[in-house]
Amino acid sequence: MSQTVLVNNNMEIKSRRNVNIGIFLMVEAVAIFLLLGGTRGMISTFVLSSRRAGVDIAAPDLVIPTWVSILIAGSLVGLVSIWQIVKGFKRRTNAVMITMVSLGVGVFLIWATRGKSLNLTGMLVSSVIQATPIALASLSGIFSERSGVVNIGIEGMMLMGAFISVVFASLTQNIYIGFLAGALSGLILGLLHAVLTIRYRMNQIISGAGIIILALGLTSFLDRAFVTSNPALNNPGPVLASLPIPLLWRIPVIGPILFNQSPVIYVLFFLIIFTHFFFYYTKWGLRIRSVGENPKAADTLGINVYTLRYISVLISGTIAGFAGSYMSIGSVGLFNEGMSAGKGFLGMAAMIFGNWNPGGAFLGSVIFGFFDSWQDKLSILKVGIPSEFLQMAPYIATMIILSGFIGRSRMPAADGTPYKKGEA
Amino acid sequence: MSNTSAKPTQTKPQEVQGRSFWQRVFVRKGISEGVLLPILAVFTALVIGGIIIAFSNLDTLAAWGNFFQNPLGALSSTWATIRDAYSAMFIGAFGNPVEIIKQLGIWLKTSESKQLLTAIRPFSESLVISVPYILAGLGVAIGFQCNLFNIGAEGQLYIGGLATALVGYGVHGLPWYIHAPLALLVGALAAGIWGFIPGILKARFGAHEVINTIMMNYIAFRLTDYLLSGPMKSKGGIPVTPNVLPTAYLATLFPSPVRLHWGFFLALGLAVVVYWLLFKTTFGMEIRMVGANLRAARYAGIPVTRTMAIAMAISAALCGLAGSIHLLGVDHRMVRAFSPGYGFDALALALLGNSHPMGVVLASLLFGFLRGGAARMQSVAGTPVEIIRIIQGLVIVFVAAPEIIRGLYHLRSSRHQTQATKKA
Repeated sequence: MSQTVLVNNNMEIKSRRNVNIGIFLMVEAVAIFLLLGGTRGMISTFVLSSRRAGVDIAAPDLVIPTWVSILIAGSLVGLVSIWQIVKGFKRRTNAVMITMVSLGVGVFLIWATRGKSLNLTGMLVSSVIQATPIALASLSGIFSERSGVVNIGIEGMMLMGAFISVVFASLTQNIYIGFLAGALSGLILGLLHAVLTIRYRMNQIISGAGIIILALGLTSFLDRAFVTSNPALNNPGPVLASLPIPLLWRIPVIGPILFNQSPVIYVLFFLIIFTHFFFYYTKWGLRIRSVGENPKAADTLGINVYTLRYISVLISGTIAGFAGSYMSIGSVGLFNEGMSAGKGFLGMAAMIFGNWNPGGAFLGSVIFGFFDSWQDKLSILKVGIPSEFLQMAPYIATMIILSGFIGRSRMPAADGTPYKKGEA
Repeated sequence: MSNTSAKPTQTKPQEVQGRSFWQRVFVRKGISEGVLLPILAVFTALVIGGIIIAFSNLDTLAAWGNFFQNPLGALSSTWATIRDAYSAMFIGAFGNPVEIIKQLGIWLKTSESKQLLTAIRPFSESLVISVPYILAGLGVAIGFQCNLFNIGAEGQLYIGGLATALVGYGVHGLPWYIHAPLALLVGALAAGIWGFIPGILKARFGAHEVINTIMMNYIAFRLTDYLLSGPMKSKGGIPVTPNVLPTAYLATLFPSPVRLHWGFFLALGLAVVVYWLLFKTTFGMEIRMVGANLRAARYAGIPVTRTMAIAMAISAALCGLAGSIHLLGVDHRMVRAFSPGYGFDALALALLGNSHPMGVVLASLLFGFLRGGAARMQSVAGTPVEIIRIIQGLVIVFVAAPEIIRGLYHLRSSRHQTQATKKA
């Protein structure tokens, strides 16, 4: 991705950015104070207890006085914004910024819950569920882009994985074969992307866009040609049951969120840790990173650039196909045309948010998952905001993140550039 | 995927000595490779599409099941399926030639035109579809010339349609020569502003325009959902806007049922304007220079940030016009599934047309006929219309990786690379 810094004067940018952030926070503070109206004496109740598999996991309710908390949060953000404009937080700016924005979202939730109650645990549980395909997509992106190949086609690979996994799971009535087939279909599309971009040195974005269109066409075409007339093919049986981890799942709040989920989510946790370990503590990870940063230097040192890029893109495709399988047989239990609905792109945005690191990407995915899941929760509360606007939230958040508002991310230096042996 | 199998296994193109059969045939007739490659790309995509059509037909599959008993039966069944599908497509795209000639004779003798109009309706429908194609393709092509990937054409189409519909039914008492242009202008302007956002985010902050334009697609769809079910909804149950006033209609050229409207010539005229803008004006040169070499453009004193943002806005405005013209010429009101993916297809059109207005017009006509014919193919031969998208994906791949086509047809590699592959 050729993210080019278009302005040379770095210092000037920095100070201007500080003031911009300060103004943004000021606006946020004003917005928070605007919420004050008519909330006097009201109470927001957040239910933390939950009910899983017929067992109540008790936790005390979180009772928050609405008016006071809005007042406190508003003043805090206001003070921080003034400090930001006058002095600046220097290196901590990003952390402060993220904290303040999450505070704003939290206050919004408190305001929306005024005089009512909201099951916070349930909301977080569904955030993690929504975040899973996004996080898998971001891992897929990390593998590919760390080796220097931009993979826009993740979206298409996910769609293909979703379709193929449903068909195979329906044919065999075995959900694991479905997952395997879904991941393999992603691998095949990954191979196509790899051949086109590495062997033929095709523009990586065009190749990715082609793969998306191809996957969209193939899945819809096959769906209408075979599956619509034969509904048994879109009937993979029950979705993967959630797997409670002994003892841990009964911990209040944390238990239901982290330890009583679909096995795919545990696979995701494992993959995140594994990816981090792989890239930063193993020889092969270092080699892939070096291929993505400076392929010529890596080549000079005897690393086979092409092989590593092929392997990385294939891994990327496999993970994307797996993510797609989770979307269909792992959570909904059937295939709908175009069901990936931008999750692959959200994953790429989460990857950029996380600076091409697995941990950060996961954090970004959870943020998107939260915005993805809040619309149905907020519609219960009758906030008065049309649900269409709530649905826009993850997309708007993506654009804000990509604009480098929360610090400029640094991508692998050779990301997006084809490599040709013997060329400068 | 079928097109991985299409990769050349022959010797590298550079090593091919002498001219191949195809090159001898075509070069003697004075067809340059720039024309030959896209034609061969489309041809190859159609062949692969035909194979997919054949193997999605249950009868053909059954015949192949009996291959060892009756090999000829399998082959003839395959051929029959492909022939039926593509001949249905041909008649759907151009009309039945025999019927047209017959009716033409009747019209000349008796001046009874009703039957003739019905006979040429398929042809005109294809041209009607090509109108938004031409405009959206031009829009994406302008982006390509500036090395910007505008994948947000679909959303911009919706925004253009929404704004035009609002002016079309909301503003009363204007004569047609003001009302229709005003509605078009507002549509283009709204979409232009919509596209300016990712443009300025890219130029100013380096935010990746591919992801941002896609995010804005989703935002545009949600906005459409909201406006059609709320503020802009007409009376009645379904989510559509009221019909635009007849003063805002783009007049049709022939009586009903032929729907070809003046927008077709407007689109052709705009293609000329875009050609003039890109190749005959200073600003056009600046756009192409920024696209060709950002750094050189900056050293030459070109205001890069401004050029990029405006190029993106123009690109979006053209895509918006595609929606506006389609709305005023055909639908006369905004509906939820306003566009069946014209904006997504535009990417393939711009690539196929080598980002040149003339090429885009030709590619748009081709895809107009393909899509027009595909509708009939679906109803007569039972082939889902999604085959178009598969063919498009294949065309993108083959056009952007010309080495595949060169390898397949033993063409010698030329020094001229296509526009698209240069921009790696």
